[in-house]
Amino acid sequence: MSISGLWRRRALLAGLTILSALLLFGVVGALVVDRAATRIGSGPFGEAPSAAHPLGTDTTGRDMLALVVHATPATLEVGLLAGAIGTLVGTILGLVSGYYRGPVDTLIRSVADVALTIPALAVLVVLAAFLQTTTLEVLAVIVALFAWPSGARAIRAQTLTLRERDFVALAKVSGASDIAILFTEILPNLLPFVVASFIGAVSGAIVAAVGLQLLGLGPLNVPSLGMILQFAFQYAALSRGMWWWWGPPTLVLVLLFVGLFLVSTALDEIANPRLRRSMV
Amino acid sequence: MTAVYVLRRTAMLALVVWAAASFNFLVPRLAPGDPVGAILAQITRQGGSVAGSAEIIASYRATFGLDEPLGVQYLRYLAALARFDLGPSLTSFPTPVMEIIGRALPWTIGLLVASTLIAFVVGTILGALMAWRGTPAFARFLLPPLVALAAVPYYLLAIVLVSVLAFGLRIFPSAGTVSVGALPAFDLATAGDVLYHSLLPALSIVLAAIGGWMLGMRALVVSVIGSDFLVLAEAKGLPPRRVFLVYALRNAILPQITGLAISLGTIASGAVLVEVIFSYPGLGYLLLQAIQNADYTLIQGITFVLVLAVGLAIYVLDLLYPVLDPRISYAQR
Repeated sequence: MSISGLWRRRALLAGLTILSALLLFGVVGALVVDRAATRIGSGPFGEAPSAAHPLGTDTTGRDMLALVVHATPATLEVGLLAGAIGTLVGTILGLVSGYYRGPVDTLIRSVADVALTIPALAVLVVLAAFLQTTTLEVLAVIVALFAWPSGARAIRAQTLTLRERDFVALAKVSGASDIAILFTEILPNLLPFVVASFIGAVSGAIVAAVGLQLLGLGPLNVPSLGMILQFAFQYAALSRGMWWWWGPPTLVLVLLFVGLFLVSTALDEIANPRLRRSMV
Repeated sequence: MTAVYVLRRTAMLALVVWAAASFNFLVPRLAPGDPVGAILAQITRQGGSVAGSAEIIASYRATFGLDEPLGVQYLRYLAALARFDLGPSLTSFPTPVMEIIGRALPWTIGLLVASTLIAFVVGTILGALMAWRGTPAFARFLLPPLVALAAVPYYLLAIVLVSVLAFGLRIFPSAGTVSVGALPAFDLATAGDVLYHSLLPALSIVLAAIGGWMLGMRALVVSVIGSDFLVLAEAKGLPPRRVFLVYALRNAILPQITGLAISLGTIASGAVLVEVIFSYPGLGYLLLQAIQNADYTLIQGITFVLVLAVGLAIYVLDLLYPVLDPRISYAQR
């Protein structure tokens, strides 16, 4: 196997390992660690890590380990929900845009280009401020608004080449409807791209969601990684040197982003051999 | 041909600005109740009280003509925006939003332009060197850690940097742009102070962005390395540095500039949050304060100015692109 092939396999493996470890941490941890310890005032206030509280407690008396354990699946859920909405919309728009071309294509492409190039966070802030992000689901739906354009572009580019292929012409001649061609002939060939853009969308959605939370625009009643950072920020955990407060959620987020990045680059290159670049 | 290209780019910019303006007009009106009522209800719900709320309502009714039909309101709103009139701030009424933004904007532009340029130029050159055979092997080990950092959003890196280097080791200041108690002046000492305060915020952006540019440029240089014109340049006996800079780099760099134009919005979004972490008095920190004070007109004003600024920057890059790459026929893009 070539060096780049080896790198791809190693990156995919490393990425999947990190992601499954986080999933295990969140899912199994949530079963083991008592959720009651995430309540305000359930422990001592602002204590450094000890035997009773392995990751310490925050200023309001919440156990940090319990918080991070229960926050991890919640943040993943936001990313997965927003990523799923974004990928669904992006895939359909990309297919329609690339298959029909013409004015529909121009319209979809212009909107995607605009959505891709504007500072999305600023727009999301206005929405989140007026619509009130009272639950993580609302936060996910708001963030999903900008989770579709890059997927739509990638799917469109692939659809453009696939629509010229013989098997599509054959399907057309044998009287298949456009919808049948799009979903049974073209879409199955694009699955690796759909998965790659889904992972990219999940990552982007979590970046945006945590960003909104840092600005104070997320729900504060449910534990999520952004909510812990939001509290840590409000209570000046950084300047007070309470590393056990801001550290664990930051570490989990960094691992999450690196894991998603590794899997998505590896998938990108598997889906599109032309992209392959030997990386070290 | 050129006229068509410029016209299309201008139309695109106008479309973006119009969309942002209409979005700002629509969102408060889609919220239940009328916009002023929604804003006031919002503030009281959060436990705040509004001094002179009657005045604000009157001013709003006058500014937006809220008793008029929606279409007239919309046109009035657009006309006011065209004069950069974004209305009065809610918390520092009656200071115009534009005046408050005007004080913060230079800081954001300075930080953003400097850090983006550094990351782009250094990342592009390093990335090109990664693909060049003369580069020593040890330099290649720079790539994986920097690429891993590129997967992490700016604000997480900023949190780590401010905690370790500013609050922990106290090597750098943790907030602001000048030392506490320093008098504003245009001299060398002040400039140094500002630079010192801006170093850490800029570093979080540069460190998190550089890997992406490296990776992109590396792939681009790899793709030109087999080209005939490079073989010819080497066969002619040109010095390696000239072959690298004038032949390889020059020809590979163009898609990198398209990439810069596409990522400007994302970079600006990231920088906004870096400013929040470092209490850097630009638009991002202003946005945080506006959110905390429920100053909705200010929030909308910041959004509009950010979209406009990024749109203008992309517009300039787009117009420069054909100058950089004469092969591009203007009509095709």
